[in-house]
Amino acid sequence: MTSPQTTTGPGRLLTPFNLVAGIIVVFGMIITILRFTGGLASVTNLSDDNPWGLWIGFDLLVGVALAAGGYVTSAAVYIFGLKRFHAAVRPAILTGFLGYALVVLALHYDVGRPWRLPYPFVVSAGTTSLLFEVAACVALYLTVLFIEFSPAALEWLGLKRARHLVTRLTLVLTILGVVLSTLHQSSLGALFLIVPAKLHPLWYTPYLPIYFFITSTIAGLSMVICESALSHRYFHGKMDAAHLSGNRDLTLGFGKAASWVLLGYFVIKVIGIAADNQWHYLGTGFGAWYLVELLGFVALPAFMYAVGVREKNITIIRWTAAWTVLGIVVNRFNVCLVAFNWHLPAEQRYFPHWMEIGISVFIVTLGILVFRFIVTRMPILHAHPDYDAH
Amino acid sequence: MDNIHTLQEFMLHTKNIIYILILLALAAFPLFWRFLNGRDKE
Repeated sequence: MTSPQTTTGPGRLLTPFNLVAGIIVVFGMIITILRFTGGLASVTNLSDDNPWGLWIGFDLLVGVALAAGGYVTSAAVYIFGLKRFHAAVRPAILTGFLGYALVVLALHYDVGRPWRLPYPFVVSAGTTSLLFEVAACVALYLTVLFIEFSPAALEWLGLKRARHLVTRLTLVLTILGVVLSTLHQSSLGALFLIVPAKLHPLWYTPYLPIYFFITSTIAGLSMVICESALSHRYFHGKMDAAHLSGNRDLTLGFGKAASWVLLGYFVIKVIGIAADNQWHYLGTGFGAWYLVELLGFVALPAFMYAVGVREKNITIIRWTAAWTVLGIVVNRFNVCLVAFNWHLPAEQRYFPHWMEIGISVFIVTLGILVFRFIVTRMPILHAHPDYDAH
Repeated sequence: MDNIHTLQEFMLHTKNIIYILILLALAAFPLFWRFLNGRDKE
């Protein structure tokens, strides 16, 4: 049996990764100071025409979708009983927890008066607003993810009684996670139902909430495959035998699930075009870009996942997972940025300021650094020797 | 599109196409299943 390294030595501080990450963090801190002293106008290209930019399109919409691995994996293991994927739960929950935490952090940059973020709960509850539902679900689900993640931290801290108490809540938390995720993943798509005149007809459809929810499961499955591949490569020494031996089975199982969901998603996307009778738009420039998304980032990965599973080729599945994650980014960008305000002249269209991009890179970097800090210390990729993993 | 003047005509037109698409999908799913699991017995 391979025994993982449970302690971290001093290691080398001046690695290329640390150097690049350090530079990004320094620049991120400088832009953060500019944002909170000079306001949104000093660091963004946001306007009344384009109030939602990169920080909503990428940090929030993409962040929430890519954090779906937590509920997908825990539902597979604890609700559908696929116990052979148990080793993937903790890394997936950690990725989900960090993803949501960074979404909330990014919201502090994007919202004009971030100190008013708790207002919907304590001052003025706009219960008829989809944003209220999204805010409530994200706040609750972040709490659920924190509790789901806490056993690893409690094991690391040696708090056995607290850990025992929290693990008894696993099934309740999993069900809560699935319910809350179903609600807010779909509601993020439903937000755009209010702008039928602004969103291009190929992307605007009454099915948007369904599309957003289904793509979140695709994103979750693909992110777990990507995350396990990267962990396998960069944190190999931290993995125990269960994680090392289960990696191939996990990749094949999640790859097969992703191929089916992608195929179903492709079918209902085509049905969506038929239901709104939007075929004639496919011959336009926006139509060509829509076909790139539909064929290149939905049909192609569905087929490539199937080829990978059929041939039992882990490499194909991993590359397809990365391509699918990129496809989710493209989809959210299309809905929030590219196809949004499509009728406006080019000079009034939004393109992110370089400092907006800087903050997004900064937040992703923070996520990677915190992920690395946690997996090198806490029992995420290996079971703690004092506890039974199951 | 030129022959569509009423909601009834629109629904008839779009539903007809959706029914054809559903039939194609129902035919495609078993084929996809066979392709996906084709090598399992080997």
